[in-house]
Amino acid sequence: MGLKEKIFAKSLYVFHVSSGSCNNCDIEFIDCLTPRYDVERLGITLVGSIKHADVMLCTGSANRLTIPRIKILYEQMPKPGYVVVWGACGSSRGMFKDSYNTGQPLDEILPVDVYIPGCPPRPEAVIDGFVKLKEKIRSKGKAK
Amino acid sequence: MNILDYLFFFLIFPGLIFSASMGLLIGWVDRKVTARLQYRIGPPWYQNFIDIIKLFYKETLVPEGASRGVFFAMPLVAMAAATLVSTILLVINVAPDSSFVGDIIVVVYLLMIPPIALMLGGFASGNPLASLGGSREMKLMLSYELPFLMALAVPIIKCGYALSIGDMITRQQAAAPVIASVSGALSFIVMILCVQAKLGFVPFDMPEAETEIASGPYIEYSGKTLAIFKITKAIMLFVLPVLLITLYFGGIDFTLEGFLKNVAEYIAILVVMIVIKNTNPRVRIDQAVRFFWRIPVILAIIALALAYIRL
Repeated sequence: MGLKEKIFAKSLYVFHVSSGSCNNCDIEFIDCLTPRYDVERLGITLVGSIKHADVMLCTGSANRLTIPRIKILYEQMPKPGYVVVWGACGSSRGMFKDSYNTGQPLDEILPVDVYIPGCPPRPEAVIDGFVKLKEKIRSKGKAK
Repeated sequence: MNILDYLFFFLIFPGLIFSASMGLLIGWVDRKVTARLQYRIGPPWYQNFIDIIKLFYKETLVPEGASRGVFFAMPLVAMAAATLVSTILLVINVAPDSSFVGDIIVVVYLLMIPPIALMLGGFASGNPLASLGGSREMKLMLSYELPFLMALAVPIIKCGYALSIGDMITRQQAAAPVIASVSGALSFIVMILCVQAKLGFVPFDMPEAETEIASGPYIEYSGKTLAIFKITKAIMLFVLPVLLITLYFGGIDFTLEGFLKNVAEYIAILVVMIVIKNTNPRVRIDQAVRFFWRIPVILAIIALALAYIRL
């Protein structure tokens, strides 16, 4: 494990993209910042600008309006950056699978690193997802 | 003293490396106390260091349509000015006779440079939210500089119109510290409020309001430039309580007992600032201007009058 990967795994700035969700997932991430779950102790901070972010957190099934914007946001994220997809809609389009408006699932647009299932995911599932992301970042260093 | 000594003072101790690492450590104290006030656990002590190192590993983006020269120069200008303040203050605290007449004025001007650099960097990035943040920063500066300078006049008058920090330290150590008088205590209260605004702490953090204008002037900064701005903020967080201790508590005392007292004063100032930060909501920019031009200015005028009649 390289020093770079070790450092990246300990400090993740998260930028939150709502690509057309019903807001339940968005609210559920705020729960993770509250005293009960407190993801700041793991080095995870919510930032307001994509230019500061390491992790792009996408909620909701991407629809035709938001897909171009999601692509722009991904290109604006300074690399190395990671993509986490959140909730049933983001992972598999959920109940909107056959909708006329949601043409592509998110993982055909973005290189997704971690899926967090649930509708909405519980904060425990979210923390588990971030632990998996950290393991993935660390193991990337091993392979090189 | 030759040029290498100056370089050592500026870059290693007590300049860039020392004050930046102290500032990052104190930034952790800020985050930890905030977390404990909210019944959270908070990050580990090395979190700020790791954040900075990570930002140096990241890509640095320049927005299309930004003016590149200013955009890249401003973080360095801000960091250089903040480092110079900490170097001047700490060197004079160690050796008061190395002070020169008017260095308090130099320090005041240098303390103004980081906000101005932030403002210009925000304007240079060409982002509308950054311009909004820059203009808010400008209005905030206009509001807090007036009471800041008036409150600063009180220690100068109390130390017999001494315009060098070394003189102020020796006079305070010979007689009583400035804070032990009525006028000193009043101007210290004003000073704490102004320092809160200078650091961009919460009641006065509208230039970089994350929730409404997405960190304001910092919005287009990424990677190394953002890291340099974060280091600047850390140095300012370290150096402003040191300035308060120098002006009001008679400088740093290098006996064991005195040094422990200094550390206690430092932590007290810091915790007062953090508690103000955590118990107040963000005010609007017009409320901030109105607040600073009313209460602190009046307090500072009263303090100045009391200092003039030696109270």
